[in-house]
Amino acid sequence: MEALLWLTEPLSHAFMVRALLVSLLVATVCGLLSCFLTLKGWALMGDAVSHAVMPGVVIAYALGLPFAVGAFVFGVGSVALIGYIKQMTRIKEDTVIGLVFTGFFALGLTLISKLRSSIDLTHILFGNVLGISTADIQQTLLISALVLAVLLVFRRDLILFCFDPTHARSIGLNTGALHYLLLAVLSLAAVAGLQTVGIILVVAMLVTPGATAYLLSDRFDRMSWIAIASAMLSSVVGIYASYWLDASTAGCIVLVQTGLFLLAFLLAPRHGLLAQRSR
Amino acid sequence: MVDPPRGTFPYGSSPTPAAHTAAQPPTPLPPERITVEGLCVDYHGVVALHEASLRVAAGSICGLVGMNGAGKSTLFKALMGFVRPSRGTIRINGAPLAQARREQAVAYVPQTESVDWNFPVSVADVVMMGRYGRMNLLRRPRPQDRQAVRESLERVALWDLRDRQIGELSGGQRKRAFLARALAQGATVLLLDEPFNGVDIRTEGLMVELFEQFRREGRSVLISTHDLAHVRGFCDQVVLINRTVLAYGAIDEVFTEENLARTFSAVMAGLEASPGGIR
Repeated sequence: MEALLWLTEPLSHAFMVRALLVSLLVATVCGLLSCFLTLKGWALMGDAVSHAVMPGVVIAYALGLPFAVGAFVFGVGSVALIGYIKQMTRIKEDTVIGLVFTGFFALGLTLISKLRSSIDLTHILFGNVLGISTADIQQTLLISALVLAVLLVFRRDLILFCFDPTHARSIGLNTGALHYLLLAVLSLAAVAGLQTVGIILVVAMLVTPGATAYLLSDRFDRMSWIAIASAMLSSVVGIYASYWLDASTAGCIVLVQTGLFLLAFLLAPRHGLLAQRSR
Repeated sequence: MVDPPRGTFPYGSSPTPAAHTAAQPPTPLPPERITVEGLCVDYHGVVALHEASLRVAAGSICGLVGMNGAGKSTLFKALMGFVRPSRGTIRINGAPLAQARREQAVAYVPQTESVDWNFPVSVADVVMMGRYGRMNLLRRPRPQDRQAVRESLERVALWDLRDRQIGELSGGQRKRAFLARALAQGATVLLLDEPFNGVDIRTEGLMVELFEQFRREGRSVLISTHDLAHVRGFCDQVVLINRTVLAYGAIDEVFTEENLARTFSAVMAGLEASPGGIR
């Protein structure tokens, strides 16, 4: 009875219910996408995009536009800029990524300090899922539906693109389009993710579930289900923990995710540390 | 193993066409799998291939011999339509490249080193990827696709291992899986990039056996290599390349000491090595 209350009491608050629903949605989207990102090796790109959306969010808020629009423009813009600089110079990709995303992030930081709007810097940086507004929920719903639709429709093409882009291209798939499609979806998912955990930690949403699932499965379908499930579990447990411990929500969610990863790292039946030791 | 009837295709098994050097324009030949005329490719002003011409007959195993940087990869890329030639024409089965691609005529078998063997796909998944160019946008396998995958896997004796993760296969089985993908694709031209790198002698024998079956079926196998023993061992044709095609045709006539000296002369190549597969 006591334990049940422990579960139900938080649900008497509307903000908790909303937070749980939004974060479950975000977990589904980011969890599925994280499989593609870990397999493609785009974790750093995910980090870059999520930081680079910052000025977009600030400008959108200042102009009264949906923040997703601003974030999307800057997310895709940063990716295009990274590609352009890499192509036109001899600088290596990881350097270009580091260069571009910090530049954008700094721009966002400066804008926020000068615009003196109602935006709360900590909400952008660390998320504010407990105080999420109805308008933000609507945007997250729309973004999530879009990202899920793209990932489901182009699932097989994207898997092939991650696995063997040369073959994909040789049989007539437009790998350039798939590249930018995945990046566009990444920008959108980063926007959805920063709703729950904020800009700084959104890369965890985009990488950790996929990494955990990758240790637990050798099939893409199973891997994506595990990734989604672990992302959802982390969100729910994290939000409850944050409620009862009165601790940072983003911190709790990501800590649970990291904990699940560590479990998989140690105990995964085939690819875990113990299994490898005993082999 | 029962041989299919010979003579169904032009150049069913032998004889091979007469040798031609780049200096002497060849006399007209019956239908060819690959016809390249005066091909020039340059990257930002750096000449990769100059005035390359060659013909590969239907039903042949053709070695593509040259040093690193001699233009082997560039020729492969051109045959897959990845680079836009500044001059010259390429025809596959007598048709332009765009049509060849629609017909899924050209298959590329990647280098062992360029494949992510931990990728969560099964052997059957990989072979099914050969069918994507023939499917609708969702790439949902139809009965004929499953049938093609099954037949291809049976031909390379991997049907029993179809549910294994691709990395669980041995070196030779991995190679055969990718050959099965080319078969499932229905390709008549197979491009193999250094297929014998890191392959043991038994696997090599199995692969050569398959190549000889392909030859009897009228397919053409183009094998890039710098190992002359391989070429002498089982190729019936050879293309010598050093920033242009120096000579091509039947192996007895083209594989002369003089031609080989020109193929491996650093004076003409003078390019830095470009390791790794085609990206």
